[in-house]
Formats: sequence, structure tokens, C-alpha cells
Amino acid sequence: MSAPSRRAMLAQAGSVLALSAAPAIAATGPDFPFPGGNGARPLASDFPQKGAMVLQRSRPPLLETPFTDFDSSVFTPNDKFFVRWHWSVIPTEVNADSFRLKVHGQVDRELSLSISDLMKFKRVEIAAVNQCSGNSRGFFEPRIPGAQWGNGGMGNARWTGVRLSEVLDKAGVKSGAMAARFSGLDEPAVSDGPRFKKSLSIERARRPEVIIAYAMNGKKLPLLNGYPIRLIVPGWYSTYWIKMLSDIELLDAPDDNYWMKTAYLIPDTSHADMKPGQTGVTMVPINRMVPRSFITNLGAGARVKANAPAKLRGMAMGGDCGVAKVEVSGDGGQNWHDAKLGHDEGPYSFRQWTAALTMGPPGEASLAVRCTNTIGETQPDTPNWNPSGFMRNVVERLSVTLV
Amino acid sequence: MKAIAIAGYVLLGLMALPVPAISQAMDLPPDAAVFPDGPNVKTVTQNCLACHSADMVLDQPLLPRATWTAEITKMRNVYKAPIGDADAALIVDYLAATHAPP
Ligand code: HEC
Repeated sequence: MSAPSRRAMLAQAGSVLALSAAPAIAATGPDFPFPGGNGARPLASDFPQKGAMVLQRSRPPLLETPFTDFDSSVFTPNDKFFVRWHWSVIPTEVNADSFRLKVHGQVDRELSLSISDLMKFKRVEIAAVNQCSGNSRGFFEPRIPGAQWGNGGMGNARWTGVRLSEVLDKAGVKSGAMAARFSGLDEPAVSDGPRFKKSLSIERARRPEVIIAYAMNGKKLPLLNGYPIRLIVPGWYSTYWIKMLSDIELLDAPDDNYWMKTAYLIPDTSHADMKPGQTGVTMVPINRMVPRSFITNLGAGARVKANAPAKLRGMAMGGDCGVAKVEVSGDGGQNWHDAKLGHDEGPYSFRQWTAALTMGPPGEASLAVRCTNTIGETQPDTPNWNPSGFMRNVVERLSVTLV
Repeated sequence: MKAIAIAGYVLLGLMALPVPAISQAMDLPPDAAVFPDGPNVKTVTQNCLACHSADMVLDQPLLPRATWTAEITKMRNVYKAPIGDADAALIVDYLAATHAPP
């Protein structure tokens, strides 16, 4: 799973300046159609254990999966999986022998678990989508400061590990415990900066699908995705999926640290939607994901044969439950047709779909796709807005030219 | 491989273990972007690269001066960027001159 070497990339790129010491950044990355512009991003191929990724930020790394990679397989390859850190002090080396996961606070027995201690718990595997809370933030209007993601701040993998609940049981959670707080080996770049920590209620932490993963798609995790172990919270946004997980603290009061109390809040409204400047809205920590779906075999501006059936292909996710239905439209959402769902990898996974849709006469056409999940939620027709740019899941539209 | 699916997760039987036993190390590439020229660019470069690379700033949408002022306040108060009032004002001037809507 080694990333293509810089030399190989240059060889592919042809002879132009092939011998210069230019950084491995291709000029031709995506130009996201963000409202107001500034959506052009380079591709970078010089991050460890990563192939060509959309470079959102060098340090700490913020790397987006090029959207065409979602067309290749239902699982996102480890070397194409998005990367997102908050603070830049990230260990560049982790020793698997000396690494320990500490469990402490409101417990009967403090634990300090090595990787081999962890491997003694029952092994479980789950397919789950990992999506940044702010995935697609660049498309919000009015725009919002933060990571300006296109739609590639997400990925789907098969995670192997052990149940968090079993680790908690081994420590013996005291009856007064109210939350489990997780942090990893990454540290603030200034000593008084707020360390990145996230909490789950004890009830959520004990759910059977919540695991501590030591493998991703059957291989060890890339360092940038959290080697040696990472918390997996299927159905919930990535902010809870702590990388390089090294500390679990059982708290006797709700967590009031900055990353829970002030950051990562959403309006407690339908679709986490509110008006810019609206006051008096109750804000709560972001939590479950919502349905989304994408066409992956065509890009914006693609030329498609007019008056003929077009083969569409893509993937969908239910959020925190399975995909019940995917529909496609060739007329911008006036008429909808059921797509055929692909193999079911479980309720937290991407689900691939295919459809044959008869195209109209030559001219511009707007294709659309929408997902309904197994609890009956359908993607909304109008985009939501909130002050942090979270939880975008509007019906995606793609304009193509029929020829 | 013997697998029993229960409500979305799978209990695995005997299968080759993907053990993370081998330690891993990495080299991270240098910053790809620099702050382009503009008024007070030196002050910006001195104060805004301690915690993240310049693209964190340059990739933002064009933002009005008030939003930039709030961002610099956030860097100082929340993330504890050690920036004095005078430098903060110079940095806001740079951003308002180079990265704000017309
Ligand atoms: C003390 C550390 C520190 C310094 C110094 C710093 N920042 Fe930040 N900045 C952060 C952190 C942490 C984030 C959040 C990163 C993330 O979420 O990935 C951030 C994020 C940002 C963002 C994205 C929007 C947001 O609010 O998250 C902008 C824009 C930004 N910084 C601008 C600046 C500018 C301009 C300067 C120079 C005045 C600066 N920063 C200096 C720590 C710092």
C-alpha cells in the first residue's frame, strides 16, 4: 500500500521539468465551484502512506479524497482516505511495543493497555462511513470560515478492532460516571492551547457498534488516519473518531472542554438549519449523520448522449442507519426513478447504486440523486445553513450537456 | 472466514490478524504555500505560521474585515496565539487588503 513515489509521479507527468526539485504538487487539482470562488486546490502526492490527495492544508495535514476515487469501490482505499487533524504536534513515529491506552477517572480499576492486551478482547469488524462534520463546507452560502472541503471529506472502510464496551467493563465504570472522554497522541502547538478531546455519553460509548479499531480495510491504519488505534463511532460524525487514541477518561460531570462545549455545536433544529444571524437558537453537540448520495461516474459538465439511456452509478449513505432507497432524476428533481441498490455492507457503510436513466433532447440537463434512509428520512431539496457549516446533505445536482 | 452478522457488525472467527505490531514512522512534507505580498506581510508570516500553514488562511473565502477581526480574536483567545494588539491590527489590515470582497 505504498504511495506512488515522487519519481514515479514525475515520470508519469512527462518530461517537463522532470528533474527539478519541485514539491510533489500537481498544478491540476480540482477547482471546486464554491459560491464566491477561491475553490482551486492542488493535488499533493508527498504525504506518507497517501496517494494523490486534494491539498486543503499542509500543516496540520488536511487532505481530501479526490471525488473520482469514490467511483472505484465501495470501500475507500487507505491511501486515498481523507485526513484531518486540528493541532500540528502529531507524533511522526509510534512504537507499537511501548504504546499504551490509558483508561482512568470514574473506574474501579485504572487500565494501561498495550496493543497486545487489546488484541485479547473479542475481535469485531464493521463497515462504516467516516465523515467530517464540516464535509462540503465550501458550498455553504453565506460562506463560513473553517476547512473549505468539497465533498471528499469522507470515506468508507471496514474497521477491525474490539468493542469499547468490553474495555470499559474491564475497567469497571463507576455508577456516577456521566461521560467517556477520548483523546489521542496529538498535542496543541502552544502549551496553553485546548487539547483536542471529545466525549460520548456512557450509553453511546457502550453501544455494540462503537469499537477501538486497530485495522482499516484489513491493514494497519496509516499514521495520518490514527495508527495504532482509533475510536470508531459508526453513524456519528468523524469528530468523535479520535485518532491515535491514547486516553479514555470517565467523567463524573458533563464534559465542558472547549471542543464539546463551544466547538462542534449544531442548532437543535430540523436539518440543523437556521438563518444567518438568527438568535435564541439552542445549540447542541453535533452527533448522528444524515443521508447523502452522489453520482460518481460523471463529473459536472460531462457530455452525455441525448435521447438515450445513460448509465448512472454512485453511492449513498443512510447516516446512522441503512439506505432504504436511492432515486435519480434527469430533470433537476421533477421526476424521480428508483436506482438499483448494490450489495449491502451493513447499515453504516456506503451503499453503491446503479441506474439507467433516459436522457432528453440535446441541451443542458440537471441530474439529481437523493437517498431515503431506513428510518424514512430523505435528503432535503434546499441546503441547510448553520454558523459552523456542518451536516450538509442537500440533494446533489449535476449539470451535464446532452449531445 | 467464519462470520456472523449481528445488527450491522460482524464477529470474526479465525482469520489472519491484521496486527499493528510493527511500529510506524513518517516524514511530513514542508508547507506548500506562503503568504503572498501585501501590507504587513512580514507580521503575518511571523505570527500566523506557528500552529498551521498559510493555506489554512489562503483557502478561506474572501471575508469582510469584521470576520477577519473575529478570526484573529479567536486565534488569540481560544487557541492562545501569543499575538499583541498592535500586531493583531496589522494582520487584520493585511487580510482586509488581500483577502476581502471588493
Ligand atoms: C496558537 C496557535 C495558532 C496561531 C498562532 C494561529 N492559529 Fe489560526 N487556527 C488555530 C487552530 C487550532 C485552528 C483550527 C484548526 C482546525 O480546526 O483544523 C485555526 C484555524 C484558523 C482558521 C480557519 C477558521 C477557523 O476559525 O477555524 C483561520 C482562517 C486561521 N486559523 C487564521 C489564522 C491567522 C490569520 C493567524 C495569524 C494571526 C493564525 N490563524 C494564527 C491555531 C492558531
